[in-house]
Amino acid sequence: MFDYTFQWKQVLARLPKMLDGAMVTMEVAVLSMLIGIVLAIVLTVMRRSGSRPLAAFATTWVEVARNTPALFQIYMAHFGIASFGIHFSPFTSLLIGITFNNAGYLAENFRGALKAIPETQTRAGRSLGMTSSQSFRFIILPQMLRIAFLPMTNQMVWAILMTSLGVTVGMNTDLYGVTQDLNALTFRTFELFAIAGVIFYIITKVITLGARLAAARLFRY
Amino acid sequence: MIEIQNVRKSFGQLEVLKGIDLNVAKGEVVTVIGGSGSGKSTLLTCINGLEPIDSGKIIVDGTEVHAKSTDLNKLRQKIGIVFQQWNAFPHLTVLENVTLAPRKVLGMSKADAEAIAEKQLKHVGLGDKLSTHPTRLSGGQQQRMAIARALAMSPDYMLFDEVTSALDPQLVGEVLETLKMLAEEGMTMILVTHEMSFARDVSDRVAFFHQGIMAEIGAPEQIFGDPQHEETQKFLASVR
Ligand SMILES: Nc1ncnc2c1ncn2[C@@H]1O[C@H](COP(=O)(O)OP(=O)(O)OP(=O)(O)O)[C@@H](O)[C@H]1O
Ligand SMILES: [Mg+2]
Repeated sequence: MFDYTFQWKQVLARLPKMLDGAMVTMEVAVLSMLIGIVLAIVLTVMRRSGSRPLAAFATTWVEVARNTPALFQIYMAHFGIASFGIHFSPFTSLLIGITFNNAGYLAENFRGALKAIPETQTRAGRSLGMTSSQSFRFIILPQMLRIAFLPMTNQMVWAILMTSLGVTVGMNTDLYGVTQDLNALTFRTFELFAIAGVIFYIITKVITLGARLAAARLFRY
Repeated sequence: MIEIQNVRKSFGQLEVLKGIDLNVAKGEVVTVIGGSGSGKSTLLTCINGLEPIDSGKIIVDGTEVHAKSTDLNKLRQKIGIVFQQWNAFPHLTVLENVTLAPRKVLGMSKADAEAIAEKQLKHVGLGDKLSTHPTRLSGGQQQRMAIARALAMSPDYMLFDEVTSALDPQLVGEVLETLKMLAEEGMTMILVTHEMSFARDVSDRVAFFHQGIMAEIGAPEQIFGDPQHEETQKFLASVR
């Protein structure tokens, strides 16, 4: 009934390959976060701009990112866009999909963070002769990023986990993709995915703990 | 010189300023007193152009504040303002709070801005708090920091809106001392305050506001000793 013999040795020999995959996973997650943060700031500025078309564009982005499956977003970035004759590599499609998702969620986090900053902060900046853009950049933005810091680390964890969806668009160099290929080669399903799971867990834990330490150092106020 | 000429201002249906006339000469200290909602804060935020006006004119050193062609960012450099609360930028140290505008608005070098900031912070008694975050300061210290921050722009005018009314009673004195020092140094100031004995002490003239009208203005001895307007009498009786 239970005649599966564990063969950890054979699988552990593949660990270096999996760790290479983990590096690609991190690369996608980090890039998608960096670009996602910049885009989320742009979306936030659009929503505050007072221009209806810009605000509508940003709101649509946020709504789609938050209310459709991440899988759909990655799929659209690959196969959806391919229908228009634009072909991205699996890596690029995965990056676009996750970045789109990150930007939407982060923009919503930023909106919440902005509500916690009193209007008088902008007034104080303007009173000192700053333009509205200077007040935003030097006074509002740093406080917003600080308030949204923990939600941002959550999103980073989420970005790591979302990379596993890359296999659906043919991604095979990230941790999940590598694991799946090795599985097809060796059929050591339980061992391989167990190790992949542990690696995912360690990465996300390190990020969460690192972020907490960084926050304590960065935000002493 | 600040010239306020027949200024009217409404928020929706509510007319908050109903034709205010007031001239403040260089070096003069004018305090504004009056009941809650009488339009005192609104007047100050109109003077530095944070709020638009409906009619009339405010002219600062010959520049009409609300004219389309006026560069408000430039004008504000010479009008410092300190509010009742939430003045401090919590993500910056005390020193950075003060150097921010000189650096970004005036384009000063870091070293120059820091020299000025240190001088102003020492001036208000915060010379030992340069690298502290304002959240670690008492309310009174935060207000003095906000004063130093405004002074670092070398303004010609200072506007103060009830800068002591959010403070614990024992912290009021230190901030009033700072204001008094500025007045004695010849700074041109318009102060909104509920501290009557301070107003009497420091002002060249005291203006009493009532429901959007400047009901009475005069020397402190006259306003406090011999108020002419019925509403002034009522108000002073209520705060005594
Ligand atoms: N941004 C605003 N929008 C709408 N109404 C406002 C706004 N600011 C002030 N008001 C209203 O205008 C009136 C005058 O307000 P203002 O703050 O100038 O009074 P004040 O004399 O400073 O009162 P206080 O002593 O309570 O500070 C009040 O009725 C207030 O509710
Ligand atoms: Mg007020």
